[in-house]
Order: sequence, then structure tokens, then C-alpha cells
Amino acid sequence: MTKAKAPKTSGAGVPSLLAGYEAGEFYCELTGAPDKPARFAAPVRKLLQSLDMRELRRRAKEAERELYNSGITFTVYKKKDAIDRVLPFDILPRVISKRDWTTVERGVVQRVKVINAFLKDIYHEQKCISDGVIPAHLVNDNETFRDVMKGVELPYDTYAHICGVDLVRDGQGDFRVLEDNARTPSGVSYVIENRHLMQRAFPDLMRNIGLKHVSNYGQMLLEKLSQVAPPNVRDPQVVVLTPGVYNSAFFEHVFLSQEMGVPLVEGRDLVVNQNKVFMKTLKGLEPVHVIYRRIDDDFLDPDVFNPDSALGVRGIMSCYLKGNVTLAKAVGTGVADDKAVYAYMPRLIEYYLGEKPVLRNVDTYICGEPEGLAYTLDNLEDLVVKPVGGSGGYGVVIGPRASKRELDKTRKAIQKNPANFISQPMISLSVTPTLMSRGVEPRHVDLRPFAVTGEDTWVLPGGLTRVALKKGSLVVNSSQGGGSKDTWVLE
Amino acid sequence: MTALLSRHAENIYWMARYIERAENLARLLDVNETFSRNALGEQNWAAVIEIFSDEELFKELRGSPTTDNVIQFYTLDTDNPNSIVSQLKSVRENARALRPLISTEMWTHINTFHNQISRKRRTDVTEEKLSTFCAQVKEGCQTHTGITEGTFVRDEAWLVYEAGRALERADQTTRLLDVKYHLLLPSVEDVGSRLDVSQWNALLRSAAGYHAFRRFHPREMSPQLVASFMLFDDRFARSVRACLDRLLDVLDTLENVYKVTPSKGARRGLRALLATLKNGTVDPVFERGLHEFLDDIQDELISVSDEFALSFFADVA
Repeated sequence: MTKAKAPKTSGAGVPSLLAGYEAGEFYCELTGAPDKPARFAAPVRKLLQSLDMRELRRRAKEAERELYNSGITFTVYKKKDAIDRVLPFDILPRVISKRDWTTVERGVVQRVKVINAFLKDIYHEQKCISDGVIPAHLVNDNETFRDVMKGVELPYDTYAHICGVDLVRDGQGDFRVLEDNARTPSGVSYVIENRHLMQRAFPDLMRNIGLKHVSNYGQMLLEKLSQVAPPNVRDPQVVVLTPGVYNSAFFEHVFLSQEMGVPLVEGRDLVVNQNKVFMKTLKGLEPVHVIYRRIDDDFLDPDVFNPDSALGVRGIMSCYLKGNVTLAKAVGTGVADDKAVYAYMPRLIEYYLGEKPVLRNVDTYICGEPEGLAYTLDNLEDLVVKPVGGSGGYGVVIGPRASKRELDKTRKAIQKNPANFISQPMISLSVTPTLMSRGVEPRHVDLRPFAVTGEDTWVLPGGLTRVALKKGSLVVNSSQGGGSKDTWVLE
Repeated sequence: MTALLSRHAENIYWMARYIERAENLARLLDVNETFSRNALGEQNWAAVIEIFSDEELFKELRGSPTTDNVIQFYTLDTDNPNSIVSQLKSVRENARALRPLISTEMWTHINTFHNQISRKRRTDVTEEKLSTFCAQVKEGCQTHTGITEGTFVRDEAWLVYEAGRALERADQTTRLLDVKYHLLLPSVEDVGSRLDVSQWNALLRSAAGYHAFRRFHPREMSPQLVASFMLFDDRFARSVRACLDRLLDVLDTLENVYKVTPSKGARRGLRALLATLKNGTVDPVFERGLHEFLDDIQDELISVSDEFALSFFADVA
């Protein structure tokens, strides 16, 4: 018996790249839904159809090798050796229409505005509490709440200078906010590097398709960070503060400093002198005005926080509180990306701005409130239960996948202390065509746009698209089989 | 423009030194292999261990100085901090910390080069394959030098890089010369013999100096002439004098252009050494003993390096 040879090219009458692609019950980023076809993506679909599978694979392989050799990696440490891993890169882009992007951009800006207003409020009058918008314990008992920040004034009232808002698309194709990252959202380096890689490996794929460019991120970041420098500093010295080469995100720290053209410093490079911060250079001590820090509050200053920290700078908090140096993000921003506070975000948006949220949360039931509690307990087997900040001890429980015993245990824990939990329905994440070993198949994706705030907020077009490479998986994290894609925002 | 962090200056200095050291170690192993093959009777790989004062560590890790043991020890042994693979690892670790300063091309090459060499197995560096291995290491190091020359920003970081390279190269040239001393003390009847001439020939070739030497000395070949060429001749890029001339130049530019003042001691020592090299003739050196002279230079270079570290990299806080 002879086997038919697979066709090499996708000429007339030959199965094309997307032939046999079936998104199933999910919303597809490239094809839309049966009742909602993605017309905007037609030119991209046409281009993909014209590609030859073998050529595509060859270039995908080359692209991966290039990522590895140029060190676009995250680092895993085993014993004494540093092992560089490449975040798997899928060459089929994730496409966003101009219209959808306008919505996302507006929604992210709105959210960041509220996050900063909320942080300003909780460290000053705490009106959101006295007006009954949010329970006091979620703020004042939160372990990331920093008493030291009470009454501190910051340039332009900006606390969360760099925000990543995690979005998913539900079955109807609507964007929903899954999580706010107001502390150290990582991944922006992949957004830019993925694009550069695509431009080198697939110039033909991008021909005649208008895309919003992403390569000015460093420039915008530096501009925004310079805006929040201490007053009366004319030519502010910005630096990026990294925990060091052993940090798994070190490559991203390098990237940020290179794109901005500013020094990448470690705690040991900085020194405090008369309530001012300096860096140790070949010429001697040079002043530092703005620090984009990639280390947590806890490690920032051994005099104020964790006394054992060797990563931070002794005395830096006193410089900060006197307004002599700007820290981005500010100290104590963690409260704003707590899971319980997230549940209150729609109300906080209404409270501070008098507006409806542009981007809706995933439906969230607050067990600390009677209706939310009742609903959660009645529908436990269909819901995802999440512990909120600082409650400790319990992980996320996925109702449909939990055993009866686990559900009983969760029910008891919720009843014992309802305020420690929220619940959400299972979300059917959207999918997009992804190059797998058997061909092009649907895989679930999310989206993390990046917002940079100084005097005002700028959002990088697109953001990081993470893809769950395992069939059917909803987990996009790199540690659990996730990869990334180039994100195309169409002009 | 932002001034160079002291920590980064230190990384640059050591990156330059380690890559130069790896290249020279490859040169030295290559030339030693040639010597061993030509020597009568016992092969003498123990000399290499002596040159680097690695006797103790070698004994601990390897035991007896067989050809295979010495080659493994200096090529792929990760427990030996002075092996080629360890040096390239140091280059890479320094380069990793320097990622914000060096070009992507530099980093990519160092990363690829390191991976290529660290993947080698014992069977890739047997005696008969050693020359090929050394050639590969030399080529990798030279590619690094070329990429660096072509892409590194010309500010004080570049000067620190040049300083590290010049200092290491001067040191390594003295060690290369020392191989000859260690392997065969020239006895009266050996001088000028075919064996002797072929060994000086190999030594020059390993330092990429044979053709250069021939341009200036087309007919003769004597120990005095070769040593003089490698020590005193500033037309030869690897001569100790050429390297130290460059080093002094760099220190002066750092001070005059970048207002970075290295310690006075470093330059005083260096100037004295250079005076010796400029006015020196080789006869007194041979009378006193070449090895002793080389030893003195190495000591001086170590103190220059220490001063360098003290004035540039020491904690200023």
C-alpha cells in the first residue's frame, strides 16, 4: 500500500494552513464566532492561507534558536548552574481590531486612574471607607498596606506607574478583566522582542498590513518616569533597580534599562548620603532621582522593612518620604491589586469617576456580602473560589474539577470566614490559531496590556498575549506550558 | 551621559581579561603540544602546570601529570577555575551582568561560544584533536574581540575593556615565553640546534608572531632575538611593551578625558616597567636568567592590577 504524499505548497486545490481549523464553542480571535465573524481579520487570514507549512516550521525553529542565542530568556537555577529557558514563541500572531483596541485602551486608562485615586485616598482621608464603598478591613488589615505612606504626597498623585491589566475574552467575545497588576507586571520585554523577531523572521507575513508599532515603549517609559521626578530636578537621572543577575526576570530588567538608555543598578550600587540617593560610578558618587524598582517593598530598605534584606538600600525610605527620590511603583501599591479589592473595582470606578466601567470584571461574588455568600454556597460546584489577600492557607478551588470532599471543606471554610473569599464562574477563554505539531489548532489566550503613568497614562498598543499550549488548557503561565505570541493591533 | 557604574567597570575589566586569558591558554596548549611531539623521550606536560602555579590543585583533582590529565585539566575541567571552559564561563557571567552595556551581538556571541565549548566531551580534546580544539577557542575569542571592536560604545567602558585586555595579554606573553624556559633549559650545545630552532619557531607561531618576526629578522633565529621581539618590540601587537604602552595610554585618557583618576601608584610602577622595556636589551636579561626577568614582570603586573582594582572598583561608600 502506498501513502499519498503530503502536498508541499498551498496552491490551488491544496489544503491551506487554516483548512480543518475548528474553534468549536469558543470565541476565536482570528475567525470570531458563528454569529460574530471577525471581518477585520480577513487580510490576515488571507495571508496565513498563502503560507507553506514546511517553510513556516523551518522559520519558527530558527526564530526559537535566535531567542535562545540572544538571551531573551528567563532563568531557572539548578544547584550552582544558571539554566536559560526560552518562553515558547508561537509564530501565528494574535490579532486585535482597531475598534476593540480603542475599547481596551479606554478601559485600561480608566482602571489605572481609579487604582491611583484609590491609593491616594486610602493613604489620606480614606473616604472610600467612610462612604461605605469598601470594607475597612480590606484596606487597613491588608498585609501590603504601609502605614509609613499615610499622608505622603507624590508627584501627580501617581502610585502605580506601571500597570498590567490581565484581560480575557469570554464566550461572547467581550473583554473582561481577570486581574490588576499594580506592582511589578512583567512581560513587556516579550511584547517588543516578539515583534522584532516577527519582523526579522516573517517580513512577508506583515506585508501590506497596517500595525500599531510597539518599539517606542522605552522612550515613553522614560518620559513618564521623568515627569514624576522630584520637583526642581531639571535633568532627572532615572535608573532601573534589579535584584541582580540571579533574578529570573533579569533579562527584562536589562531590556528596560537598555530601551530607556539608563543604568541598571543593584542595591549595592546605591548609597544614601544626607537623605539623597547616589550611585557609585567610576567618577565617584552621582545623584539618582527616579528609581524604577523591580524589588518588592519588603526588600527595599533594611532600616524600615525586612532587616535581613541585602537587595535594597539602607536609608532609601527616608529620602523617599522627604520627596528627594521617586520610587516607581510607590510603596504600598499592593493593596490595589488584591483579589478582594478587585471585586470592588466596578464600584470604585463609579465612586471616583462617576462612570460605568469600560471593561467589566469577570462576574465576581463577594462572600463577605449576604447575596454573594448565598449564591456562592448554592452554586459551589460550578464556581471558582478564590481566597483574598492575607487570608492564607487556602488555595484556589475550581468547583467543576473538585472532589466532593474538597467542596465540603471549602464550604466550611467559607462559612467560617466569608470575608476571606470571592467566587467567579468558570470562564471560557477565547482561542486563536496556534502552530502545533499536528498542524494549526485552537489554543486559549489572554492579554496583558501595559499602561505607563506619569502626569497621565499611556498604553502600549496590544500587550502580551500568553497562550496555553496544552490542548484544552486554560493555564497560560510559562511555568505550566504557556507560551507567547506577537500581538497585532490593526491600524 | 551617564557615568559608568563601578561594579560594571569591574565586570568589563574581568570580561576582557578572561577572554584574553582563554585565548592565550589555547595558544599555550597548542604550542606545548607541538613541543611535546618534537621532544625526545618523555613528554613534559608538567611544565604547563608549573607555569600557572597550579601544582596543588592539579594534584588534588588529577594526580599524575599525564598528557591526557593535563589537557583535560586545562580544557574542560569545570572544577579547575583556570580551565578554558571555566574562563569562558566567567566571561559569560560577567557579560550577563553587563547585558545593559554590551551590544546584543557581543552577548549573543559569548553565549553561543560558551555553549559550544561547554558541550565538548573528553573525546573532543584528545591529544590528536587538541590543535583543532585550540583553533576553535582562538577563533571564538578573536571573533569576540572583533565584535567588541565593531560594536562597543567608545566611552570609559571601552577604555576599561582595553586596559583589562592589554594587561592580561602582557602577562600571557610572559607566560608563553616561559614555556620555553620550563621545557628545555637551553644548554650550550642545544642553542642553534635544529630542535631548538624549531621550538622557537613554534613559539612564535603560537603567538601569531612568526611572520611578523621574519619581516624584521629574515635570516636569523636565536633565543635572544625571539625573546627580544616578544618583550621589547612595539611593532609586535602581543609584545609586552606594546601591551603596556597601550595600558598607559588608556590610563592617561581615562584621566584626561573622563576625569577618572587611577591611583598614582599604578602608573608609577607601569612607567618604571616600560622604561626598562624601552631601554632594555636582551643580553643582560639572559645573563640574569629569562625566567627571573619574566617573573619580575608578572609581579609588577599583579601589583598594577591590584592598584587598578583598588582605585576603580573599591567600594566608594
